[in-house]
Amino acid sequence: MNRENSGYTIIYASVMVIVVALGLAFTHQVLNERQIANENTDKMQQILRSLNLDVSVAEAQPKYTELIKNAYLINDEGVKVEGTEGITPDDPAFSTELGDTQAKGLPVYEAEVDGSTKYIIPMSGTGLWGPIWGYLAIESDGSAIYGAEFGHAGETPGLGAEIVTTPFRNQFREKNLFRNDEFTSVAVVKPGQTNSRRDYVDGISGGTITSKGVDNMLLNSVGRYKNFLMNLHTANQ
Amino acid sequence: MALSSKTKAVLLGPLNKNNPVIVQVLGICSALAVTSKLEPSIVMAIAVVLVTAFANVIISLLRKTIPNRIRIIVQLVVVAALVTIVSEVLKAFAYDVNKQLSVFVGLIVTNCILMGRLEAFALGNGPWPSFLDGIGNGLGYGWILVVVGFFRELLGSGTLLGHQVIPQALYDAGYENNGLMMLAPMAILLVACIIWVHRSKNKELQEETN
Repeated sequence: MNRENSGYTIIYASVMVIVVALGLAFTHQVLNERQIANENTDKMQQILRSLNLDVSVAEAQPKYTELIKNAYLINDEGVKVEGTEGITPDDPAFSTELGDTQAKGLPVYEAEVDGSTKYIIPMSGTGLWGPIWGYLAIESDGSAIYGAEFGHAGETPGLGAEIVTTPFRNQFREKNLFRNDEFTSVAVVKPGQTNSRRDYVDGISGGTITSKGVDNMLLNSVGRYKNFLMNLHTANQ
Repeated sequence: MALSSKTKAVLLGPLNKNNPVIVQVLGICSALAVTSKLEPSIVMAIAVVLVTAFANVIISLLRKTIPNRIRIIVQLVVVAALVTIVSEVLKAFAYDVNKQLSVFVGLIVTNCILMGRLEAFALGNGPWPSFLDGIGNGLGYGWILVVVGFFRELLGSGTLLGHQVIPQALYDAGYENNGLMMLAPMAILLVACIIWVHRSKNKELQEETN
């Protein structure tokens, strides 16, 4: 057989590609279920971290089911969309991503901690190198922050990546999203600076663009829940 | 099973005098990127050992059939397929580690060590020596990663595999973790230190100076 023949080369390449494609498709099918379970557990861990609970992989599912009482989608007016309730990974609140254009609404999780209700909302934005995201747990007055959780795809270790650390996240506790009944969100400022119009936390030294990204995310991503939070805020005054 | 001296050289050479990282200086990019903690370093080392070994075997088995004109493409497809499988397995069984390694599992494809071994060894040797060559080169790359990861995690975070090893008393006495260790430049300095020690022990590797 002549190995340099064009026909042989083309057939060789085609057969190779088909064999590899079948092999990879098979691997993906076999492992897919486990991968999705891992992703769901990871998401539950993130949601729980916004409630200031750092749980292991094994504890994530039971703890999530214990604390999260309800989850649903809301529309732009901040009203619950009918028929979207449910906390399991198959329900709309859990499976809806913020950037999804087909989504029927924005996900909200209701948790009960020590007898009081917290509302957890997801956030998504951009850092320096790639996407950043997070979860914000808000008290039932729709304004005071109970806890915050952040994640990132590839921020610089030691600089921007510090947004995931507990000291940074803990600064958000008891900060208010509303001031004088107006949605101002929480600002992330350069360490040492202040902001007289909004509640603020210190950004990361050397991680200016990531800090700005968090600031924008808190303003824009959380801003989409403005009406929902406003409804809570007026109902609890 | 006794190995002949030739197979021994194939397997053990890359661990020392023919090391892909500290002698041939290949695969540096990922060696810098994933070594800020020990655990991802170990997982990355295992992943590269597996991929080099099996890519070598597959290419060696196919070596008499591969059309010369597309041999690099064939090598790339084999490597890419293996890397994708490793990445899928990690996602299913070691999700956290996979998150830390992020893009670098995928970038094993571009690791020069792999293509180098396929071109230089697997295309001209049988499956068994090729397998040993792959294991040897993977381990040669891996042990450097593990050593660098060990020192970066120890000095940068005071932990090993996530467990605190530097006692609190030392911190109370004013010791601080070296944040610089978490950044890539310190990895290249550590690799340079390993090269320094290695060459001072192996004088024949030293370049002649004028």
